[in-house]
Amino acid sequence: MANGLARLKVKERVEEAADAFRRSSFWESIFRPGSPFKRGYSDSPRNRSYVIMNNVLYHLHPVKVKRHAVRLSYTLCLGGLSFFLFILLTITGIFLMFYYRPTAPAAYIDVEALSTSVAFGSLVRNLHRWGAHFMVLTVFLHMSRVFYHGAYKPPREFNWVIGVVLLLLTLLLSFTGYLLPWDQLALWAVTVGTNMAGFTPMFGNQVKFALLGGIEVTGNTLLRFYVLHVLFLPFVIVIFMAVHFWRVRKDGGISGPL
Amino acid sequence: MVEIPEHLLLRSAEAKAKALGIPVEQVLAEMRGEAPPVAPAAPPPSAPPSDPAPTAPTATTESPAAPVAETPASPSPPAPTPPAPETTTVSVETPPTEPLTAPSSPPPPASENGERATQVTLRPVAPPEEIPEGVRPQRLLTVVKAKAIQQVKATPTDKVNTWPHLMIAEFSALMVVTAVLIVISVILQAPLLELANFNATPNPSKAPWYFLGLQELLSYYDPQIAGVIIPTITGLLGFMAIPYVDRNPSTKPSDRKFAIMLFTLFLTGSATLTLIGTLFRGPGFNFTYPWADGIWFDDLKDWVHFE
Ligand code: HEM
Repeated sequence: MANGLARLKVKERVEEAADAFRRSSFWESIFRPGSPFKRGYSDSPRNRSYVIMNNVLYHLHPVKVKRHAVRLSYTLCLGGLSFFLFILLTITGIFLMFYYRPTAPAAYIDVEALSTSVAFGSLVRNLHRWGAHFMVLTVFLHMSRVFYHGAYKPPREFNWVIGVVLLLLTLLLSFTGYLLPWDQLALWAVTVGTNMAGFTPMFGNQVKFALLGGIEVTGNTLLRFYVLHVLFLPFVIVIFMAVHFWRVRKDGGISGPL
Repeated sequence: MVEIPEHLLLRSAEAKAKALGIPVEQVLAEMRGEAPPVAPAAPPPSAPPSDPAPTAPTATTESPAAPVAETPASPSPPAPTPPAPETTTVSVETPPTEPLTAPSSPPPPASENGERATQVTLRPVAPPEEIPEGVRPQRLLTVVKAKAIQQVKATPTDKVNTWPHLMIAEFSALMVVTAVLIVISVILQAPLLELANFNATPNPSKAPWYFLGLQELLSYYDPQIAGVIIPTITGLLGFMAIPYVDRNPSTKPSDRKFAIMLFTLFLTGSATLTLIGTLFRGPGFNFTYPWADGIWFDDLKDWVHFE
């Protein structure tokens, strides 16, 4: 009995403290008007707008969307999922960077050590790898969905062009990442891939040389692909994604209904 | 000149009446040009008396008076009170200094105006300390119909709030994909073969799966065609050109049979090539049957035990 009372008191006290904290000017200052985390949030049309407008992430979205665009069966969420997978790959990729050295003697050892001596190392590596395959798939399917809806027609022509660049960048990101484990799979897949680039008419050898940083896959290639993979290509793809999303909105939101 | 909507006129008249403490009718009458002004109202010297419209005052939409000393003195002669605006300009003033003392009997306009006009360019407003706490003096300078500035072509569409409707759908999709990915990642180990070795070429050597369709093409055509022309010219540039080539404005599937057929052909073609390259190619990139000879696809090496 006494125990129960005491526990109730502790619970009450915690609730009181939490409430006081939520009333504090500090808490108030964190959230912009209309945030559901603010005290006294109520579900009103105005607040529904504020939730979107006053949040740095959500305001990628318009406040209102066409009713048909909300149905999962229209976009299949493929564009959104491509973006989400990209974020997931960024997060897991940063984790991997802590344990990886892009040199020929170290790379393989580091990747191997990930699965044996790093907490969650193997899980994160798997997430990164399968996530990358997924992303290639979702981007490709997103493109197909856009085509079948004729969503590239005016005024969205240029967003389709940006989309093709995004597809290319996605493939390049995946391909440059492929070399990094520095195992037999990596080495020879990249050899085959860059050999294809070597068939470029007229200046094939030059293209291949620029890609490899030499005449064949070496430690130079590894460093080159690493920088492309963790810095250059993500940087470029983020810029194109920003333009892509911006254009989706400026071109009048999701296309359709059919 | 744009007609002021009746309700706006009324609203500003009410505000002015309240501020000056005089009946609304009087203000309205004055605004319509039927009665002498209640409050001193010197027009900006630059504006011709007949047209007190938005030209000058636009700079100061809200004017908690600039100190009188700083306002450039106007050399122009005392301007007569303009005929009250049936125009775009409506003015609502917070109490100037006088009305408190003489709300019912307006001061003689002429002398007031003369005095003012030499000191201030715009209408007199109360010095800041006279404004009650929490009240900001506001003046409605002009009412501009939206049409005059921009053309809004809004056709009504059926819309719903992004929050919660779209956000919930997105969040669920995100959770499902995350869950699926985690399950896959726990079950499937990403491949890590032996250390890279330049002297041991695996047979077959395969590209990543998304390039296997191309590698498959390479075994039919000249490398310049399959490896470069097809992917860059048709693949990249061709795809980018699609919206500019397809001039058919309709998005109805029934109107786009040809386009849909072409794309479906592309999809099935590339899927077939990729599958052949992945499953049906063995040593020397020669054709094999996966059920008879095994699969050479190292991406899933630790999952499917073949060969
Ligand atoms: C990194 C890759 C990409 C990301 C993250 C991405 C993201 C998105 C998102 C979030 C949308 C909103 C609608 C939806 O979810 O379907 C969208 C729309 C669109 N995307 Fe992408 N996209 C990518 C690649 C592509 C590609 C490869 C194409 C085409 C070649 C493309 C063309 C378009 C077009 C035309 C729209 C407008 C569709 C409509 O209005 O219905 N995008 N994209």
